[in-house]
Amino acid sequence: MNHPDEQRLIEFAGGDAPGAREVESHLAECAACRERLDAVKRVVAAACAMEVPEPDAGYEARMWQRVSTSLEPGRSWSGWREWISMPRLAFAGAIGVLVIAAFLAGRYSPRPANAPMAAVTPQVKERILLVAVGDHLDRAQSILIEISNAEPGAGSTKTVNISREQKRAEDLLEANRLYRQTAQRTGDAPVADLLGELEPLLVELANSPSEIPASDMAALRKRIEARGLLLKVRVVSSNVHEQERAPVNTKPGNSL
Amino acid sequence: MTRMVDSDAAQVALVVGGDRDAFRVLVERHSRRLFRLAYRMTGNEQDAEEIVQDAFVRAYRKLDRFESRSNFGTWLYRICANCALDRMRKQRSEENRREPGRDVEDERPGPLDTAASDAPAPDRLAMSGELGEGVRTAMDSLSATERAAFVMRHVDGFSIEEIARSLGLNIGATKNSVFRAVQKLRRQLEPLVSEAR
Repeated sequence: MNHPDEQRLIEFAGGDAPGAREVESHLAECAACRERLDAVKRVVAAACAMEVPEPDAGYEARMWQRVSTSLEPGRSWSGWREWISMPRLAFAGAIGVLVIAAFLAGRYSPRPANAPMAAVTPQVKERILLVAVGDHLDRAQSILIEISNAEPGAGSTKTVNISREQKRAEDLLEANRLYRQTAQRTGDAPVADLLGELEPLLVELANSPSEIPASDMAALRKRIEARGLLLKVRVVSSNVHEQERAPVNTKPGNSL
Repeated sequence: MTRMVDSDAAQVALVVGGDRDAFRVLVERHSRRLFRLAYRMTGNEQDAEEIVQDAFVRAYRKLDRFESRSNFGTWLYRICANCALDRMRKQRSEENRREPGRDVEDERPGPLDTAASDAPAPDRLAMSGELGEGVRTAMDSLSATERAAFVMRHVDGFSIEEIARSLGLNIGATKNSVFRAVQKLRRQLEPLVSEAR
């Protein structure tokens, strides 16, 4: 191999060179190129060692002060981006539920004679959301039940495998945020509060290792019990399902 | 489970859930590291602090785009690198309006590629006896993209692919930016570094 050109040598010094083996073999035999490489490394090291002043002890507090004055109070992260950022599967599932619910609501709701063919009334929209939230709460409930009943693995008494619950929590997390924001917007406090309580739990589960210490699991279970989370989910879920069953055109319009 | 409650992702969830003060934990946890990045990219303390502030505000507005499975620190680092890049480009563009002859386009050859007269002569640098000053001057001679790519690659150890993604460049352009940065640094610093040995 000929002497590597400057670009190749610099890329090699940074670990990004194609054909690094050829360069290596050449360097083993060429003292001049070894010296060129060392020179590049010395320059890079000198530039990396550029002195950076250490901020004073109050820097973090000062930075928060500055940042907090620029944050919009009461910001909510709702809107189309939420829909776009939902995991594809959950998104497809939610759309599927909505389509079926819309069909059923349209098919079985009483319609006055000579009524115009309205596309989707606010009541039907509300019903669609109710069905989706009801389905969401059922899924959340089943995760809570699984956690409450989880046992340490057979081979070890020290860890619990929560990979299944973790995957399901990941799937539910984005939808949970979306429904909570919708419930907040429409003033449905019980549903918004409950989803708000569920969210940190889903985040924890989604971000935890698939094997967690049994003591962590016990602590999590204790928190769920202390907050009566499972009971709350059951109560709210049952209310939501009841509203789903009410006739579409008679339901007063503010929940969800 | 305590460690999960304290994790960045859990804090993000609290913020998105309406707890604005939970963002304070994230600011306090990450601001020092971001300052170091911003300072390396600008070489100016006041600019660096403003960049860090911009980065946190930008991150706050985009929290819904943060995927909980990703690393929040890395996500924030990328936002900060882009804030620094935006500011440097803006500053250079303003300088260019004041001094029309100056190169501002990142991908155009920099002053060192075309005219050695623009760069401080090595002997002048050597005479200062300050390698640190030479490094600062040499870093200032890089374009914004070159400087960002160099810091991310050689100081913080990001891969070429990660840098490309963060800065919105293709792989070839990213490699080229890192190469040009080292090439320019080499031309200015090699005499100083050799003397310092």
